[in-house]
Amino acid sequence: MDFINAIVLLLNYTVIPALTYGSQLALGAIFVTLVYGILRFANFATGDMMSFGTMVAVLLTFYFQSLGISFGFLPTALLTIPPAILAMIFYMLFIDKFVFSYYRVKKSPPVQLAMVSVGVMFVTQAIIRIIIGPFDRRFFDGEKFILKANEFKEMTGLNEGLTIKSTQAITIFVTVIVVSIMFWFLNRTKTGTSMRAYSDNEDLALLSGIDPKKVVLITWIIAGILATIGGVLYGLDKSYRPFVYFNNMLPIFAAAIVGGIGNPFGAFLGGYVIAFAEILVTYAYKKFFAYLLPEFMEPDSLMQLLSTDYKFAVSFSILVIVLLFRPSGIFKGKTL
Amino acid sequence: MAFFEGSKMTAGYGDGPDIISSCTINVDKGEIVAILGPNGAGKSTAMKTMLGLLNLKSGNVLIDGEDITNLSPQDRVKKGISFVPQSKNVFAELTVKENLEVGAFLRTDNLDKILNDIYDLFPILEEKQSQIVGELSGGQRQQVALGRALMIKPSVLMLDEPTAGVSPIVMDELFEHIIKVKKTNVAIIMVEQNAKQALSISDRGYVLVTGQNKFEGSGDELLNDPEVRRSFLGA
Repeated sequence: MDFINAIVLLLNYTVIPALTYGSQLALGAIFVTLVYGILRFANFATGDMMSFGTMVAVLLTFYFQSLGISFGFLPTALLTIPPAILAMIFYMLFIDKFVFSYYRVKKSPPVQLAMVSVGVMFVTQAIIRIIIGPFDRRFFDGEKFILKANEFKEMTGLNEGLTIKSTQAITIFVTVIVVSIMFWFLNRTKTGTSMRAYSDNEDLALLSGIDPKKVVLITWIIAGILATIGGVLYGLDKSYRPFVYFNNMLPIFAAAIVGGIGNPFGAFLGGYVIAFAEILVTYAYKKFFAYLLPEFMEPDSLMQLLSTDYKFAVSFSILVIVLLFRPSGIFKGKTL
Repeated sequence: MAFFEGSKMTAGYGDGPDIISSCTINVDKGEIVAILGPNGAGKSTAMKTMLGLLNLKSGNVLIDGEDITNLSPQDRVKKGISFVPQSKNVFAELTVKENLEVGAFLRTDNLDKILNDIYDLFPILEEKQSQIVGELSGGQRQQVALGRALMIKPSVLMLDEPTAGVSPIVMDELFEHIIKVKKTNVAIIMVEQNAKQALSISDRGYVLVTGQNKFEGSGDELLNDPEVRRSFLGA
């Protein structure tokens, strides 16, 4: 019984949160990797673009709520995702037309484009602060739990409760669907294949008659979808605070690099690698050992490797280790 | 009037000096034309100019009597001009079949027939169709590159050193493939370093020196011309 309690404890406090957080990171990491593979620069505005899409969803959610529109037991924010995606894509295309395309046509080196994206990042941050302000906003509504700790305890008679928040289930479910559709698109459709061809060998793609403008357009459309959904899911699960999205860029980049930059499937898995690492290293295992070990061996300390304040240090360390030993990423596989 | 012609072409890279000047190259359907010459003679440049990768300073490019001097390379592809670059001429991370499909990107009809034609021409590609091209041998990659270029059913095929870096056996095999392609009534222009072998399969050849036409004639004529032999064929 103690053993099962220990497993449930781990599931509840590490595995389920890590799967959720990992899904959110994965969406961001695929966004980074796509932009890197096709547009050929590291987009430092990733976090704030996600924030922008989420901001639109938050504002729309408040508007919908004021109109009395709701989505039953599901959060209203899910209804606002499609219009938020449209706004996000519009914003990205606007930025691309007036900022990035100039450097792309000039064939500027990637580093220059990356610096340009830093500029876009600051501008986007400022726009977001002007529109919605820097404060924490909760926009979650609907049914909070799918499975409550008490219900689980009653059902199983265990000491430990297993909680599944609806945001966690929604995150994982939506991520699986979005990512599956995206991989189907990239690998099985003519347009997807042309995008991979463009990423692999730009000159030859042009010689084959692939229209670079269309490839760029579709890249931003997919990026807009990923950024908005990833951002909204994260905001629903935690809360929406613009600065946090900027912070999340570190684990997102770490996930993309761990997966081998330019490799979307690697980025997807990389998201979970980073999430599990962050959560497993910062979790306090005291109670877990208390269940497993005999009483006299029970630990006095929290049995926590790192305080949660240092969770970014975990992704940063992984980033450095991967770059030192496996710079092409830890997963074998096709880059985009 | 030849089917595809670059006449009196003068061009260079950016604002730099002219690499080719008043250079004329033409080819008819069902004909192989080799462009030969020493290093730096402007062979590849002449070909790239005909493809539209470089802007002409003077001269023009005609296909089937139509002036295409101002068309972009992509628009020239639509006119049926296909190009196989010397290096990076395949999508190394895509499968063989995907490479061919991308080659046919501009086609909107069903690809099965043309795919089968290509597989008839290069049987090895059918066998390896779901393999990643990066894992193939050099000779097989060149076949993928040729196959990709042929997917649009081009009327003109331009090859930039198709046999660079492949073994003599593979080279012979590739030349056989190029002859097979020619027999499907395609006009072929190729730049080659292996001058003797190239001339032996070519109908005509051009020898460029410092960006200008120095000699031209049928393959045999050039092979037997004492001056060409001395300067370029090393015998």
